[in-house]
Amino acid sequence: MSLHYELRCRECGKTWGNAPRSFCEDCFSPLEVAYDYVSLKKIVRRENLAARYFNMWRYSELLPLPDDFVARSAVGGTPLVASRKLAAKWGLKNLYFKNDAVCFPSLSFKDRVVATALAAARRFNFTTVGCSSTGNLANAVAAQAAQQGFDACVFIPADLEPAKVLNTAVYGARIVRINGNYDHVNRLCAQIADRFQWGLVNVNLRPYYSEGSKTHGYEIAEQLGWALPDNVVVPMAGGSLITKIAKAFRELVMLGWVEAKPVKFFGAQATGCSPISDGVKRNLQRFEPQKPNTIARSLAIGNPADGPYAIKLIRESGGWAEDVSDPQIVDAIKLLAETEGIFTETAGGVTAGVTQKLVGQNRIKPEETTVVCITGNGLKTTDAIAAEFPATEAIAPRLDAFEAYLDAQLGTTAASARA
Amino acid sequence: MPVIIEIPTAFRRFTKGAPKVDCSAATVAEALNELTARFPDLSRHVRDDQGQIRQFLNVYLNEEDIRFLGGESCCLKEGDRVLLVPSIAGGSE
Repeated sequence: MSLHYELRCRECGKTWGNAPRSFCEDCFSPLEVAYDYVSLKKIVRRENLAARYFNMWRYSELLPLPDDFVARSAVGGTPLVASRKLAAKWGLKNLYFKNDAVCFPSLSFKDRVVATALAAARRFNFTTVGCSSTGNLANAVAAQAAQQGFDACVFIPADLEPAKVLNTAVYGARIVRINGNYDHVNRLCAQIADRFQWGLVNVNLRPYYSEGSKTHGYEIAEQLGWALPDNVVVPMAGGSLITKIAKAFRELVMLGWVEAKPVKFFGAQATGCSPISDGVKRNLQRFEPQKPNTIARSLAIGNPADGPYAIKLIRESGGWAEDVSDPQIVDAIKLLAETEGIFTETAGGVTAGVTQKLVGQNRIKPEETTVVCITGNGLKTTDAIAAEFPATEAIAPRLDAFEAYLDAQLGTTAASARA
Repeated sequence: MPVIIEIPTAFRRFTKGAPKVDCSAATVAEALNELTARFPDLSRHVRDDQGQIRQFLNVYLNEEDIRFLGGESCCLKEGDRVLLVPSIAGGSE
């Protein structure tokens, strides 16, 4: 076998080769992609990356890709923004924002997971791909399916933000709106994957899909000069991303590409849908599912499939989970835009807002290196903040009109006095 | 109460291929117990060593997750459907 990976049961350890399946048929626990790191260490070197483009494919050997895989678009490779103004405001010396709001092609980190999922879909000869989605994933599936010639059929809650629906429809994907929340949609998709021969990226292709998230973590380490941060703050919906960033860091240590060090993982949720942060805070053995009620609809998963793993990771790393209210989310979106020039969607507002809270709780310390993961673009959730910015009255195209406007705005006669 | 338990494909090798199993039970717990009594090999896939429904198995009564209905003690009425759906988690993550 030339491939260095296969599916393995997370709980019982049984291996399943490579196939479109997401749970162990022996014990019905989740499957993950397991790698032969001894072989990998011989064939992949950090030095070889220098000659490659800065996108997620520079880490191809660490992803579950077929031998004949050819990258069809430059996904990932997003900026790690060193914060100045917010860092100063919060009293932090080393604060960074990993900005997947500008991930190619559909402006969220979901482009990464879809990229690895569609590589698997091609390998397993699916012609139709799809997903259950709170919006961003549907955008990413629709965009990359269009580019790569798959038929796309995506399933979404009926009440999604119009911009997210439009950003899927424009690529020609079939959109099935479901009367229900994401958890209803997800359950239906599990049943559809059971019945139809489709490649549902976050259902039967999920082990391959979720590996794409690791590239967010690889990039963070590389952009920090091949070093791990002290803290990572990650938004949580299903709870997958935070655990995959941890896996990425572990792999880099195993390969000897970064020095081992303890990293604290902090999870961020909206208070209106916070089963994972609630589980961490109350130290629950099992999280309690919730009915989502928040403007952060991309994080509105009340029954997070990876919640148990996320809770375990957060606790074992010495991190914490927090949640913020809808008004705090809106404030944090504005704060990030005004200070760092980053316009994020509601999920990013959650992450930024939670970071502020964690700093206030002294869980994030001034001298530590902290990376905040921004995973989606503000242009997709303008509805959430539109009320904050009512349209101003138009003025005549004349200088005196502008002077009068300025006087009215500033409450002075400074502008007209200049005449 | 006559109710129907819907069996996912992955479980059907324990139910002799049956996609649905009729049973008579007053609560979801009774329905699951009747199911596993009839198909004992399924038992360890439905409940863990502590007797709790397994963490990665979701159980629905009609459209609703039973955890929103008070858990497996929730009552059944004639014609109800009980769905077993393996949770789709990402692994090692």
